[in-house]
Amino acid sequence: MVAQNIFFGILAAIVAISALRMVTTRNIVHAALYLVAVLAGLGALYVLLTAEFVATTQVLVYIGAVMVLFLFGIMLTKAPLGNVMEMTGRQWPLAAVVAALLGGVTIYSLVDRFGSERLNTDGPIYRTADVSDEVFSTYIVPFEAVSVLLLAALIGAIVLARKD
Amino acid sequence: MTSLLALPYWQETGIKLGLALAVIPTTSLILVYLFLFKMMAFMQSRLGPNDTGPYGSLQLIAEAIKFLQKEDIHPEQADRRVFRMAPVVVLASTFLLYVVLPAGPDAIVQNLDTGVFYAMAVSSLSVLGILMAGWASANKYALLGGLRAAGQLIAYELPLILAVMGVVIQAETLNLQDIVVAQATGEIFGFGAIGNPFILTQFIAFLIFMIAAQAELTQTPFDMPVAETELVGGFHIEYTGFRFLLFFMAEFGTAFAFAALASVMFLGGWWIPGFEVDDNILNVLGPGVMLGKILLVAFFIFWVRFTYPRLREDQLQKFAWKVLIPLSLANIVLTGIFKVVF
Repeated sequence: MVAQNIFFGILAAIVAISALRMVTTRNIVHAALYLVAVLAGLGALYVLLTAEFVATTQVLVYIGAVMVLFLFGIMLTKAPLGNVMEMTGRQWPLAAVVAALLGGVTIYSLVDRFGSERLNTDGPIYRTADVSDEVFSTYIVPFEAVSVLLLAALIGAIVLARKD
Repeated sequence: MTSLLALPYWQETGIKLGLALAVIPTTSLILVYLFLFKMMAFMQSRLGPNDTGPYGSLQLIAEAIKFLQKEDIHPEQADRRVFRMAPVVVLASTFLLYVVLPAGPDAIVQNLDTGVFYAMAVSSLSVLGILMAGWASANKYALLGGLRAAGQLIAYELPLILAVMGVVIQAETLNLQDIVVAQATGEIFGFGAIGNPFILTQFIAFLIFMIAAQAELTQTPFDMPVAETELVGGFHIEYTGFRFLLFFMAEFGTAFAFAALASVMFLGGWWIPGFEVDDNILNVLGPGVMLGKILLVAFFIFWVRFTYPRLREDQLQKFAWKVLIPLSLANIVLTGIFKVVF
């Protein structure tokens, strides 16, 4: 367990520092790259929690697709080199309050629900097949609802992007 | 599976990491020498690579010395940190791919349960490095090349993953070792002597996979991102010496890894007909069989590269979205129907 704790500490530090740098940096591409570091660190934390499938999905979806699309969009429109952008909006104290509230609620509910429960790392590791069985039986309704939502977003994007 | 050696975890990991670090540069050198130098020279009547040393064998050493003695130059306007990180990100994506490539029943760095899925995920990381390189170079041609690369890689990642789905449905697993076993224990109409390599049942998926892999590797006819006649080299235009070498190694290392993935998923992997799938001797013979299959697949990749002209950007996007993706979706539906019926 010692090795896991040490690595958790390192990864958590990387994630926290990158998250802070992401909102304080003055270069928009750097901000996106710090976000990549945050997401990669979270992926590594999922591996520590023996959730291999979730970690791989994190890399494929967030880093391989979402962040690449972010960077693609930024570079296609406006991506100056050097610290030229004034990126701190006037409403940042409000955003800080919202972030603190959200963080507080998440931490409270997690501590309230799991408290001193420990992850049994010696027990059976969840295989990918178990994950898919769960998704397609226990969680089939939420899964389908999310699929419909995604489809609606997709069609909406096409309608908005159409020229005629 | 019986394990040949029983070592502590850290020793085993150390040995595997050392092997992987030795194998990756070697594999890209094999491809560069065999295909880029010898085959291209013969196909396109290029004289140089056949001339240095006996049978052109010293060309590689000459190239290596050339790269190592070059100065490490940064453009003045460049974002230095991102500029330096970019080739490392691209090469890291290649290194991570090798983690799941199996060469024998136990000859694998880490037998991940998510196998194929993991390979697809880490191979998509290289786009990030390419975008970083294109942006940080402070050069409009580099930025254009980076953007073209990103657009192309996003478009062709979909058919790549969808083509793999057919194999996954048929093998009922994401694990690359289990995919090899599924092919080895499969039967063709009750005839099981040579197993059932998925290229027979998933031929459409194999074609789509090879085309999409060609595009992922930005090889001709999909080399718009590095089109030297208009972009002077694309995203790696400002890189010299060792940093350029990193991009170069990543390109050929990834070509080798994709050829290996194709051999594992479609050509039966390391299994040799007549052996038990967990026979220890396959740990010795398997890598040789894999190398043979990989070189065969790589031969086709480079054959196409040296023969075809370049596709235009709009043709390239149209081909991915209007031909490859519908075709691979149809393949998934068909595979699913056959899986349920039989």
